[in-house]
Parts: sequence; structure tokens; C-alpha cells
Amino acid sequence: MAPLFALFWVLLSGHFTTLLLVLGALSVALVCLLARRAGLTASAGASIPHALRLPRYLLWIGKEVLVSAVAVVRRVWSPRPDLRPAVAATPAAGMSELAQVTYANSITYTPGTLSLDVDEDQVHVHSLVPADLEALRAGAMLRRVHRLDQGRRAGR
Amino acid sequence: MIVLDIASVVLLAAGALFVVSGGVGLLRFPDFYTRVHAAGITDSAGAGLILLGLLLRTPSWETGVRLLVIMLFLALTGPTASYVLAFAARRDGVPIWREGDPRR
Repeated sequence: MAPLFALFWVLLSGHFTTLLLVLGALSVALVCLLARRAGLTASAGASIPHALRLPRYLLWIGKEVLVSAVAVVRRVWSPRPDLRPAVAATPAAGMSELAQVTYANSITYTPGTLSLDVDEDQVHVHSLVPADLEALRAGAMLRRVHRLDQGRRAGR
Repeated sequence: MIVLDIASVVLLAAGALFVVSGGVGLLRFPDFYTRVHAAGITDSAGAGLILLGLLLRTPSWETGVRLLVIMLFLALTGPTASYVLAFAARRDGVPIWREGDPRR
């Protein structure tokens, strides 16, 4: 992993002074140490085709974030916020680890829903109003995560 | 480019509004979990729009690439941090506020 991180640092920094190179080496060492302590391996299922499908997913999630952010902002400013928190599990079976992380993080990233816990086959979600939870359980986001994970073979 | 300038200003202003709203929600919402929702607006919609706004006024493509990488990183770290907080809160038994409960 270390050479990859070093290359990334150089690409992002673009400076070759002693100070910055030393700082970069220290950062790489720290990240490798933390990654090892956390038991992470270099590849968690990401691949070139996966990366090519990513932009489309990011555009979609960006739109979702804006739409639901507006809904939450209205609750923030309303004199009597309409808050009816609900907690429930939403199914997430048959996914790779990477897809599970993508799904749980997408749920949290979208304002109004928050992942609390990730199981083998479901994600526990806290939501500001029950409607957001229902929308999640209807499965539009889940289908897109599946498609991102395995291309057109989705929906098995 | 006047069009780009205007678009950039609109994005920056909208992003700032989301950031402020996240802060106000943090103060107004009743319990820990709902406050995590509010804080989430700040680093998803708020930071995202501000970075997009900055992207429209970058002097060089290197800066633009860096901004995109920052956006990608924030999209990963923000939700992960929120998840860890919410997971820890639930594990430690922080009660969930329900409609009708008093504010905490």
C-alpha cells in the first residue's frame, strides 16, 4: 500500500521541498500503521469497472443529497419542526463488504436518514420522519448500490 | 466569464445557507440522533456546494482536481464519522427521542 500512498501524496502536493517530502513520508507511515491496526487490506473489491460506474452513482447520490437536504433544512427553520423519529432495519442481503459500506454510508450521507448498525443482511436506520425510512425500504438506493457493485448483472 | 461567476456565487451562497442551517439544527433538534442528522447537512450538502462553487473559479486544472479529490474524501469521511458516532451512542444506550417527549 505504501508506494500507492506515496504516489498519491506527490500527485496532490506537487512540491518537492525536504520539509514536505518528510511530512509526506510520515503521513504514509502513519496511515499504513493505522490501516494495519484496523485490519484493512489493500483491495476491498474495488476494480477499474467499479470505478467507471462510480461517477454515475455519485451524480445520483448528489441529487438525492440536495433534495433531502432541502427537506431537512425546512424542518430546521420551521417554528415547530415536524420530527417523528423512526428506527427500523432495512434489508441489505447478498452484498459484498464494499457494497455494504457504500450502502450504509449513502444512507447516512443523505440527510434525514442515519445508519446506526450494519448486520450481515440488514442496516439499522434512524430517520427523522417515517416517510424517509419507507422510501429507503422501497429499495431504489439499494438497487443502485447493487448495480454499482456488479454491473448489469444486478438484481439476482 | 460572468456566467460562471454568477453560478459560482449562487453555489457558494446555497452552500453557506446549508452550513448555517446545519448549525441551527444542531441547536434546535431535540436529541443526539436528530442532531447528527442536522450536522450531516453541513458536511454533505453544505461542503459539497461550497466546493462546487470553488470549482467554478479555479485558476488551474490541478486545483480543480484537488477540489474534486477533497469532495470525494469528504463524501467518505463525513458519513463514516456520523455512523461511528451513532453506532457508539446506540451501543452505550443513548435513548432515542420520540415525538411528544420533552427536549433533551
